Amino acid sequence: MHTTVHLLADVPPQMLPARSMMAFTLVTHIILVPLGVALPLITLIMHGYGLRRGDATALLLARRWSAVMAVQFAIGVVTGTVLSFEFGLLWPGMMGRWGDVFGLGFGVEGWGFFLEAVLIAIYLYGWRRLPSRTHFLLALPLPFTALLGAFGILAANSWMNTPRGFSLDSAGNPVAVNVRKAIFTPMFGPEYWHFVVAMFVTAGYVTAGVYAVGWLRGRRDRYHRLGFTIPFTLAAVFTPIQFMLGDSIARQVFHKQPVKFAAMEIVWKTDTHVPEYLFGRLHPDGTISGGIKIPQLDSILAGFRPDTKVTGLTSVAADDRPTATQATITHFAFDTMVGIGSLLLLLALWYGVMWLWRRRLPASPWFFRGAACAGVASVVAVECGWITTEVGRQPWIVYQYMRVAEAVTPTRAPALWTMFGLVIVVYVFVFGSFLVILLKMRTQWRLADEAATAERTAAAPETETPYGPRSTLRPGSAPGPSASGEDRP
Amino acid sequence: MTTAGLVALVLLLVIAAYACAGGTDYGAGFWDLTAGGAERGERPRWLIDHAMAPVWEVNNVWLIFVLVITWTGFPVFFQTVFAAMWLPLALAAVGIVLRGAGFALRKPARRLAGRRLYGAVFAISSLLTPFFLGAAAGGIASGRVAPGTAASPENWANPTSLLFGLLAVAMTAFLGAVFLAGDARRFSAPDLDGYFRRRALVAVAVVAVLAVIMLFVTHGDAPHVWHGLTHGVGLALVVLAAVASLATCGLLLRTADARWSRVAAVVAVASGIFAWGMAQRPYLVPVSLTVAEGAGAPTTLRWLMLVTLIAVVLVFPAVAFLYWLDTHGELESLTDADLRRGGAGDDA
Repeated sequence: MHTTVHLLADVPPQMLPARSMMAFTLVTHIILVPLGVALPLITLIMHGYGLRRGDATALLLARRWSAVMAVQFAIGVVTGTVLSFEFGLLWPGMMGRWGDVFGLGFGVEGWGFFLEAVLIAIYLYGWRRLPSRTHFLLALPLPFTALLGAFGILAANSWMNTPRGFSLDSAGNPVAVNVRKAIFTPMFGPEYWHFVVAMFVTAGYVTAGVYAVGWLRGRRDRYHRLGFTIPFTLAAVFTPIQFMLGDSIARQVFHKQPVKFAAMEIVWKTDTHVPEYLFGRLHPDGTISGGIKIPQLDSILAGFRPDTKVTGLTSVAADDRPTATQATITHFAFDTMVGIGSLLLLLALWYGVMWLWRRRLPASPWFFRGAACAGVASVVAVECGWITTEVGRQPWIVYQYMRVAEAVTPTRAPALWTMFGLVIVVYVFVFGSFLVILLKMRTQWRLADEAATAERTAAAPETETPYGPRSTLRPGSAPGPSASGEDRP
Repeated sequence: MTTAGLVALVLLLVIAAYACAGGTDYGAGFWDLTAGGAERGERPRWLIDHAMAPVWEVNNVWLIFVLVITWTGFPVFFQTVFAAMWLPLALAAVGIVLRGAGFALRKPARRLAGRRLYGAVFAISSLLTPFFLGAAAGGIASGRVAPGTAASPENWANPTSLLFGLLAVAMTAFLGAVFLAGDARRFSAPDLDGYFRRRALVAVAVVAVLAVIMLFVTHGDAPHVWHGLTHGVGLALVVLAAVASLATCGLLLRTADARWSRVAAVVAVASGIFAWGMAQRPYLVPVSLTVAEGAGAPTTLRWLMLVTLIAVVLVFPAVAFLYWLDTHGELESLTDADLRRGGAGDDA
């Protein structure tokens, strides 16, 4: 086993490429996660609404969202698999020593994810042939399986922040593992709910944003109103809840990971009456430049009183805490997240007030401009939240038990840089294609819609209709003579 | 049997499931690659698209289970393998991304150039991914890695690894062809039925040749596994794999029900995987790391068994239901008409 002292002396050169690669693959995967977790729920709400009211527009939206989900879920699956590989490829030291302590959460995630994959397949490919009720009912457990998958990931991440459920033997290896304690660590609850609600809010704003853009361009039909209202309402309802959850998790970090809190708020020395900085840079000598200083506020936010004592970065040795640069990154990410959250709260309030007073959507184009940006903004907020928790934990991979430097792969830096380059090329290709395909789908649908409105009179005999009577001929480019219906029950 | 042994058995079972389910998928990609030009290959590719679409994601989730059980149940083994087999595993991961993305993007892509590009990406990575995974397995089987081994090309570029990699590709091609032949009937394309039956027979012949070569190569290169494969349970499983392969050939030649040739092919591949696993006993990595030495904390292993049990109760019926729906033609992707306004399903 390596000795900590030896590793402190020189940070291995493969740290930077390993870190960069992990960061890059996570940043990109995270873009897809909100849709993976929450798009099924949003689609099901739309679907249920359509079925209940017999609303063809709602059903059309649900079908189109399914088509998007099919591509998005596939790319989410493969980029997620890469992350599992990276535990071994980049951080074998962590898995080798701690795998049996905190790995079990991933087992739960594994079968949650398995169920989700099965149900999504049935949902996406069940539109045409399953009876409408059966199809809808089979998809109902989908949101719960998504929550189960998130459970596993968040259990593992919160364990890295507040590791519990083991004791160390004389050689420094974990023994006497208590799985229940290792899963339900102090940070688990706050992280889990903050994350799950963030996914709902983000997916809601992203989806609604598409229709807000259409609205701004003058397409103000029922299709756009419905496509905007349902996801936006969901997101708007969850936004104030998220605000409170975010406030609560920050206070949990203050209690459970005081040094991370110090980095988030760039607090140098442990003190009372600590001021709050909006942005601003921390320098290695403890001075702060730039930013807006609000006296006393940090202490008040942390403990509701100006004389609350806030732990500073200097409370621990320099190599046990984030560097000044890392603290500044954490602080910027945290402030950006809070800032975006506050703006989204205003937008949600605007919407809520309009609904309660006037029973209609706000008319101002500024509202729709805001809504169009809300999707991107909330994705940025999710990224910032992740940066806050990961960079704020440095230099630890397992908080106070294992340094990132001890976990990193022995593979040499040039090999890692080369692989990182390859990964960037592959991801740019994959995500670029994904975006192009999405935009093309949107254009096609819009053109088809315009054509349909133009010649509404000419009712062409369509091929098979979902939920309609089954014909014996297969649609599309079926090869050869088709005589199906053979061994169908 | 100890808990660790039981977990090792579960791991082997999941690897076999991945080899069969994921293997069928990779095999479909292999035949996509070899289907010829855009015109000649249009119909086989059409079938591959339609047969794979509803189930390929589920087929590949087995791999996540393999990883999770390995790092939770045998953390040292996980660390050892990933440190020593860095390059093939990294390339396999890249292959998985390209493959999934290529397949998912090919369908909605409109223009022929786009479909060609995504199709080529999908097909080539379907070939490379199983090869690299097989090569990594070969490095383990030949005992080239031990706890602390640094990554080096020798770990996975050696006779056993090369053969394992080729065998993995041949097995996926075999499974893919057998399953696609069945799908061809389901999609009422009798000519493609014969097309894939012929290819399945070629693939099984290649598998047989590679298996025989492997017996010679492992004799010197991986003695522990060779001994296991030629004695006791390992031998019995090898014989079972051979019998099942022959049975598959017989069923493919007679125009029998596709269901039985599929069962026989799955039995052949699964018993091949089990033969390898059993031949390694009692080692995770012959001859440096035993199952008992590599096992994680006993509490965790018991919990892992519990999680596995719940998975069996919850996931298996769900997966079986999906496969049932799929083979009964209940799953079909949305068409353009379904996504058009005033089109299908709308009467407003």
